[in-house]
Amino acid sequence: MELLQLIFFYVVALVTLVAGIGVISCRNPINSAISLVMTFFCLAVFYVMLHAPFMAAIQVMVYAGAIMVLIIFVMMLLNQGLVAIGKHRHALVGAGIAAALLVVQMVITVTKGQVSEPVGAITAKVVESVGHTQLIGQAMFTDFLLPFEIASILLLVAIVGAVVLAKREV
Amino acid sequence: MYDNLWLIPLFPFVGFLINGLLGKKIRNEKIIGAIATLAIFSSFVVSCHYFMQLLDDPQKIHQVVVAKWITAGPLHVNWEFLLDPLSGLMILNVSGLATLITLYSIGYMHGEEGYARFFSYMNLFAFAMLMLVLGGNALVLFVGWEGVGLCSYLLIGYYYEKKSASDAGKKAFVVNRVGDFGFLLGLFTLFWSLGQKGVWTINFVEIAENVHLLENGGLVVTVVTLCFFLGATGKSAQIPLYTWLPDAMEGPTPVSALIHAATMVTAGVYMIARMNGLFAMAPDTMMTIAIVGAATALFAATIGLAQNDIKRVLAYSTVSQLGYMFLAMGVGAFTAGIFHLLTHAFFKACLFLGSGSVIHGMHHAFHHAHLNDDPQDMRNMGGLRKKMPITFITFLCSTLAISGIPFFSGFFSKDEILWWSFASTRGHWILWAVGAFAALLTAFYMFRLVFMTFFGEQKTAAAAKDHIPESPFVITFPLMVLATLATFGGLLGVPHALGKLFGHMPNILEEFLAPVFEHTQHLHEIHAHGSASTEYMFMSISVAIAVVGIGIAWVMYCKNPELPGRFVAAFPKLHRAVFNKWYIDEFYDAMVVNPTKKLGTVLWQIFDARFVDGLVNGVAKVVRGSGRVLRYTQTGYTHNYALSMAVGVVVIIAICVIN
Amino acid sequence: MITLTHYMVLSALLFTLGTIGVLTRKNAIVVFMCVELMLNAVNLTFIALSSHLGNMDGQIFVFFIMTVAAAEAAVGLALMIAFFRNRESIDVEDFSLLKW
Repeated sequence: MELLQLIFFYVVALVTLVAGIGVISCRNPINSAISLVMTFFCLAVFYVMLHAPFMAAIQVMVYAGAIMVLIIFVMMLLNQGLVAIGKHRHALVGAGIAAALLVVQMVITVTKGQVSEPVGAITAKVVESVGHTQLIGQAMFTDFLLPFEIASILLLVAIVGAVVLAKREV
Repeated sequence: MYDNLWLIPLFPFVGFLINGLLGKKIRNEKIIGAIATLAIFSSFVVSCHYFMQLLDDPQKIHQVVVAKWITAGPLHVNWEFLLDPLSGLMILNVSGLATLITLYSIGYMHGEEGYARFFSYMNLFAFAMLMLVLGGNALVLFVGWEGVGLCSYLLIGYYYEKKSASDAGKKAFVVNRVGDFGFLLGLFTLFWSLGQKGVWTINFVEIAENVHLLENGGLVVTVVTLCFFLGATGKSAQIPLYTWLPDAMEGPTPVSALIHAATMVTAGVYMIARMNGLFAMAPDTMMTIAIVGAATALFAATIGLAQNDIKRVLAYSTVSQLGYMFLAMGVGAFTAGIFHLLTHAFFKACLFLGSGSVIHGMHHAFHHAHLNDDPQDMRNMGGLRKKMPITFITFLCSTLAISGIPFFSGFFSKDEILWWSFASTRGHWILWAVGAFAALLTAFYMFRLVFMTFFGEQKTAAAAKDHIPESPFVITFPLMVLATLATFGGLLGVPHALGKLFGHMPNILEEFLAPVFEHTQHLHEIHAHGSASTEYMFMSISVAIAVVGIGIAWVMYCKNPELPGRFVAAFPKLHRAVFNKWYIDEFYDAMVVNPTKKLGTVLWQIFDARFVDGLVNGVAKVVRGSGRVLRYTQTGYTHNYALSMAVGVVVIIAICVIN
Repeated sequence: MITLTHYMVLSALLFTLGTIGVLTRKNAIVVFMCVELMLNAVNLTFIALSSHLGNMDGQIFVFFIMTVAAAEAAVGLALMIAFFRNRESIDVEDFSLLKW
């Protein structure tokens, strides 16, 4: 059973990485967008595996749904020869070196780190018995009420900002 | 009981604010003058009240703390006032004279440009001077000290369109700064050296109580007192810093009377008297003070002999009389010094105001006749006694007082000083001889002034001759009051030897000031010793000297008016030297002023223009140069910025990983 | 057994991919998508750690990151439209007015 899980993890991780490479390497931005949607779905799968089904649903709805639709909508709107734009520029070498160093460092940090034992009360069993949505809701509307309200104001500001910026005549 | 002492300086300050801020709006000269006079008169009334209270009070020294000012480490400075017989006399003197002279100014300044400005400065001066004399610690005194210096500068330069006036103001200010520097050095040294003994204080009473901690006659005390004395020479116009006072006559005459004769210039004397306990501990300084005082008295008197400007003669006479006061301080005759300070304030204020009255009349006459003659030059005067009878009589009373004619005020005070300079334990017969000779010169030049101005033929230009009026009442009233004081003020301090003759008349002033000076004089065995007959002999000599001086003046300027001309022809070099004030100004210019200017030019051209400017410009050049090179890193491409951000992240994580 | 380390390494790789994209692509929309990819890598870390530690806070944080990402998408795309209207281009290299 555990082996099966591990194999499943590796398969999904491989799909995620391939889709991620697709995002950065496709000449046509539409293809990049499709790859990104694939990545988001894979991440949603991981969220389910991590006992966070509500976050997985949100991931699919907000990212794969709303944001990606918005991006693709803008591409359609601009409707230009997006492919004609050269793909890369001369900073490729610098970016490669920086990214290589970054990944080496991160992997070192992650593998060297001591993994502490679970300390919190929200175990997989609790999630299953109470329900993930209820747990999130309780935390959101009690401890994190103020940030929640601030986030709503942030969204309002973003809406106004987007309208003002995209309007033809200001 | 004395809690409201702060009212005394407050009234003139309020007057200053009203006239200074609203004077241009008020415009009406009478209201402006009334406000100023009323402000200072109120403070005179309050002073009288407290003075009376002090007279009846068995305890003579009172300190009043108004507010805290500075608290830093061991230093505690309050806004505090000290009322003792000395400051009591001084506040009466200052506020009383200021009232009279402000009243006088209402008439004298009539029609002048900047009328309100003048009166606001006068009130500010009164405020500062009252702070000075009431100050309970050295710092409050210093506030007043600087304040009167400022007012002096402002009022000397009152006619600021005139270059000579603004130059004189600057000169007074700069010369005073030299003295103030000495004062501050003395204060710091005193504070520090007392602090080393465990007493951190600048309060006068506490200083007086603790000076015994310092070594008697030691280096510290000598240095401290010499520094203070340097401050006093600046403010009180003594050698070597006297040169500003004659030039200060550029100011309006009431200013000369109040600031440069009666009050401010005596601040140095007052300061020494205030710290008599400290000064008495330094016999070397006392001797220096006595010598400088005597030398100034003589030196200024010689210059006064040959001046033709009526105010300049009086200015040198002031310097000379201040010299007497310092002589008194130097020989330990503190009471006599303060006594002379008071009588001098009376008669010199009267003389200046009298000369102002004369100038006012002459100016009026010349103006009427459309002449440009100098209204201050005595060679244009003569025979004025019939034109200005009140001015003449008051002037004569004061001249008799300053010359030391018996029973006028100056006789008692000057004689007391001369007697002490001979008979005091700190005195010497040479000091007496110099003082006596200066007294001869004083009598001579003062009567030369009187004879040239009020006697003989009228030398005024014919057109103006008949238009010299007597001054209005507002001018003559202060003259009469002051002349009365100058005549009878001496009765305050009749010497014991004379008092005995008149049925044991007490020396009121000495008894009154005893709480301030007696302890010091007793502790350091400073007293005049000599028999009554010796004292009579010295008195007779002074009287004889005064009479001789007057006689010579009469011979030279009344009987044989051609004599002075022959004298000048016989000794042309001597006359020129005296007339040009012994070339001291030129000497200072050559020795101090010009080298300083040259040094300033050199510093400007080399240090400032090359080094300082170079430094400033260099910084700018470095910034501009590095900017010129570094701006090429700003490509404008978002990727480059993002890349540098990524590199930064890599570096930060590397640091975290390595640590 | 899938350990925490697995998720963390995967997240690191995804983050690096996003970085490379941001640093190399010229198309502003693709750059924008790469930023979203980096954000998602971080989200994965948060949720993995949250689930491992038995603590809700990390997931709440992801929730807020999504809010910010949504706001950023709205404003960012609006900016791109405005830019495109001016320059007829969304090439990042045309955004180079801020230079010497």
